[in-house]
Amino acid sequence: MSDAPLLAVDGLCAGYGGPPVLRDVSFGATAGQRIAVLGPNGGGKTTLFRTLLGELRPATGTLTRPARIGVVPQTERSRLDFPVSALDVALMGTLSTLPWWRRPGRADRKRARAALADVGLADRADRTFGDLSGGQRQRVLVARALVQDAPVLLLDEPYVGLDTPSVALLDELLARLAAQGRALLIATHDVDQARGWERVLCLNRRQVAFGAPADVLTRETLEATYGAEIVELPGERCVLPPHHHEHGHDHDHGAA
Amino acid sequence: MIVATIWHSLIAPWEQGIDRRAIFEVILLGLIGGTLGCWIIFYNLSYSTESLAHALLPGVVLAALAGIPIIVGGAVGLAVAALAIALAARTPAVGRDTAVAVVVTALLGLGALLALAPDTPAGLGSLLFGDVLGVSDTDLALAGGLAVAVLVALALLHGRLLLVGFDRLNAAALGVRPGVVDLALLLLVAAALLVAVQGLGNLLVVAVLVGPAACARAVTRRMSTMMAVAAGVAVVAGCGGLYLSYYAETAAGASIAAVIVGAYVVALGVGAAGRRVRATATA
Repeated sequence: MSDAPLLAVDGLCAGYGGPPVLRDVSFGATAGQRIAVLGPNGGGKTTLFRTLLGELRPATGTLTRPARIGVVPQTERSRLDFPVSALDVALMGTLSTLPWWRRPGRADRKRARAALADVGLADRADRTFGDLSGGQRQRVLVARALVQDAPVLLLDEPYVGLDTPSVALLDELLARLAAQGRALLIATHDVDQARGWERVLCLNRRQVAFGAPADVLTRETLEATYGAEIVELPGERCVLPPHHHEHGHDHDHGAA
Repeated sequence: MIVATIWHSLIAPWEQGIDRRAIFEVILLGLIGGTLGCWIIFYNLSYSTESLAHALLPGVVLAALAGIPIIVGGAVGLAVAALAIALAARTPAVGRDTAVAVVVTALLGLGALLALAPDTPAGLGSLLFGDVLGVSDTDLALAGGLAVAVLVALALLHGRLLLVGFDRLNAAALGVRPGVVDLALLLLVAAALLVAVQGLGNLLVVAVLVGPAACARAVTRRMSTMMAVAAGVAVVAGCGGLYLSYYAETAAGASIAAVIVGAYVVALGVGAAGRRVRATATA
């Protein structure tokens, strides 16, 4: 595993044409790193992801990125009425690897099935996507990004709406993906979880901090990130104000 | 004996009266309408499809008056309608929704005025409701060509249509531009309308583009099977409509639309029963 960054961002400002909504972002991601992206809603996480994906042009600053970046959206926003199987969704990852006139062939199907096996869903490949549990749908979307064969993955609040067994499965999966030499950027509101990862990036319309969890996850940094709204419970647990958990209800049905 | 009677009732319409071109037209309509209809439903384009169908009426009527293939007239009519909607939508006081409604109503009115004027040749009124029994060899050849083009395009675009319909927001990250896919689908809908309008007319064309797909959606769980079932339903309903029209002496286009509606009601029942069976099986 080399230490050359897979992703390098330097002095980045980005926005939607008007004044930048995110300023002064500088960080790097190397293979094997899970990077928690913390920040309040509207703090610039989505803007950062859209810029990294190339959908927004940086207003200033430089961005060095691999040709392919995988994206794992929130499963709560996916269409559950759509007539697709888990395998169909995983196969969508092949589109960026094929010329436009080619349909996915036998080898692509094999790759998609392997990716589903990788996320522990080999036996669910032919199930309808909308019938899977929230945790399973999240892992199908991870499989789609794996099929894309991207060294960097962006995950948008992947833990939202998952029950406890699904959270454990996803934790284990993300650790494995990082160990395979990928860099993962994971938008989250869970500070405790971020402590177990390699790096933390705090955003609140600008970069508040970036570094190892032990250095970054201090009271001062978190207050600068979220405003002075942190509720602290005994035993060093940081709990965020209720509105940060507005999507955090358990929508999971069935087994993980 | 019974078999002979049934055989005779199936064969009779083609031996006495109905032009055999009608059945080819109905099969072409079914293949295009069924497959494309599945995407129309999942891209929420049913209303747009109906609007486009109405808006191309003046072009079709003028083509019939001038004696050129009505597909050509319809294509010009569609281009004019698209241009008029684009211009009307630019007027700040008029929203896009209103612009579509105003332009489409104006064009439908103009077309009806032309078609029903006293000195237009008799038979033009059938453009409103279609004349599947009166298609010419040229119409059929053009329809066949367009049908092949639509089916090939759907096969090539399948993965992209699936991705954009399923996950529009992240399609770009997976190498697919949603705008391009939308435009391609609209062009295919326009082509399908041109084929369907001569058979079913401006007012009934939506039946074949939306009805069979809606039937298939009620009873299938995958896009490809849904498309196959929809095409099958559309072809069978089309042929059934022709028989209904022959034996009940009803208008052909309206009979086809009626059979499709009947099929939809049956499919809703079958779909509900299927879900109940699955629910009991998993419970």
